[in-house]
Amino acid sequence: MEKVIKGKAFVLGNNVDTDQIIPAEHLVYSLSDPIESKNYGKFAFSGVPIKDAGLPLGGVPFIVGNNFTSQFNIIIGGSNFGCGSSREHAPFALKVAGVEVIIAESYARIFYRNSVDGGFLIPYETGIKLNDKISTGDDLEIVLSDNKLRNITKSEEYDLNPLGDILPIIEAGNIFEYAKLNNLI
Amino acid sequence: MQMTITEKILSKSAGKKNVKPGENVWLDVDVLMTHDVCGPPTIEIWKKEFGENAKIWDKDKLVIFPDHYIFTKNSHANRNVEILRQFAKDYNLPNYYDVGTADYKGVCHIALAEEGFNLPGTVLFGTDSHTCTSGAFGMFATGVGNTDAAFILGTGKIWERIPESIKFVFNGELPKYLTAKDLILQVLGDITTDGGTYCALEFDGEAVFEMDMNERMTLTNMAIEGGAMNGIIKADEVTMNYVKARTYKPYEIFESDDDAKYKSIYNYDVSKLEPLVAKPHSPDNKDTVRNVEGTKLTKCYIGSCTGGKLSDFTNAAKIIYGNRVKVPTFIVPASTLISRQLEEEKFNGISLKQIFENAGCYIAQSSCAACLGGPSDTIGRAVDGEVVISTTNRNFPGRMGSKKSDVYLASPLTVAASAIRGSITDPRDYL
Repeated sequence: MEKVIKGKAFVLGNNVDTDQIIPAEHLVYSLSDPIESKNYGKFAFSGVPIKDAGLPLGGVPFIVGNNFTSQFNIIIGGSNFGCGSSREHAPFALKVAGVEVIIAESYARIFYRNSVDGGFLIPYETGIKLNDKISTGDDLEIVLSDNKLRNITKSEEYDLNPLGDILPIIEAGNIFEYAKLNNLI
Repeated sequence: MQMTITEKILSKSAGKKNVKPGENVWLDVDVLMTHDVCGPPTIEIWKKEFGENAKIWDKDKLVIFPDHYIFTKNSHANRNVEILRQFAKDYNLPNYYDVGTADYKGVCHIALAEEGFNLPGTVLFGTDSHTCTSGAFGMFATGVGNTDAAFILGTGKIWERIPESIKFVFNGELPKYLTAKDLILQVLGDITTDGGTYCALEFDGEAVFEMDMNERMTLTNMAIEGGAMNGIIKADEVTMNYVKARTYKPYEIFESDDDAKYKSIYNYDVSKLEPLVAKPHSPDNKDTVRNVEGTKLTKCYIGSCTGGKLSDFTNAAKIIYGNRVKVPTFIVPASTLISRQLEEEKFNGISLKQIFENAGCYIAQSSCAACLGGPSDTIGRAVDGEVVISTTNRNFPGRMGSKKSDVYLASPLTVAASAIRGSITDPRDYL
């Protein structure tokens, strides 16, 4: 993929679970109604304890006021991102809020599958601990074809793990498009 | 080629002679389960992708239990149940268990077992992370999201990566002050919340095979808390008797080969283990009850797919019998069958229900309730500043409601003892 994604980083710690991404009480809104589903963006990351939101300093709201989109479109996580429940509302909420890419050391299986099969966002893995190198608000650039992450603010470059088996699904759009292209359905 | 039980079941489902960990395969699904939170969006995706004339691959293999947000005035939550009801009507579904009728069952993972859907050797996918609970029946069971579930709904197939297996062997006889919950909290403390990511957790050893199905389900239920794809226990006499009492459907028993390959093997002498808690805010934040004894509580909670089964209440009743609780204590039977069993099962000649009522506990209707917080009017929901001890499965920030609450996870014995004193208490003080 030749695509380049640019934007601002929002940095989080390890084990960001699905209740932090979208608290269970909000799982009642329609995901298909264009107006109602904006609530998922509004409450994205609202379960993150405020001291852990937007590292290294913390205390940075992901969503300001009554907005449903965030100024941050690239999430830098630690290990085990998206652990906890199976709710697909989690990657969906991040997409509604404007997130395009997550970069983390590892993911929980169901969150990872949901992100890819539902076509919501790209879950990149990295062998480097990035959440102590990148600061919330840093300007980042990802060139998907060479699996590189550039930190424009800090003039640094980091390697990302190739997407491997999931790349064809991401390129197709979601699991249904992939299955159609490959005559599976 | 030597294979684990998980590899054998998946290779059968994939139509292959053998499979290796790391390999991606397409599986034939035996049962798809969904509920009120993830069912409606799954149905929407299925209709969008397969068109208005979309066909369910096999209606007999689709099972729907409304269970999450049931006893609430939240109109959006009620709308979700209404969507399921209409879907079941439109497609004349045989396995829909409607709220407000005699068919209502309660928490899906327990109802799957009770209604005879858990069959050794089969493959179950569900739109809930605790779908791994069913692995206690020697079957492969795992959670997926709405999109994957919609794909299964239309095709009966899904891709999956063959997991590596980690084995946990529990040797010896379980002391009366320990339950399966203590064993799984020990495992989670040892492997952490991502130690089992993309792996199968296989439970073995005499202490496991001495357990009834309820207790075995506590072990497999929390496999997901270690990040695992599935938890599994091979089927034996106990499993077969449980299944035989509920269904005539055929099944096949698999077991791991003697020299099957494991990522790692953990051996435990259960007589040396201690009553444990998971401290706030993670299921792997293990400590002994003794070390946190005396921590003041505002609420005790016995319920959910993890800790709201009949064995959990029998255990709790043994300790609560003849005592009064000092802090609000919630008894939430996972299923409506268990609710009835609380009235029928007796300890010292008194029904479990009566024991809990005499002690001053609140007995709630069967549902997932406050295990996952839920809408603001959910019974037992944690509010700001609370310190809760619970038999449930997760204590991440905000899991039971407010993110300004502290939740300790423990066995029903420990929660019962703690309810009497109003502070965290070792169950050995009452046994």
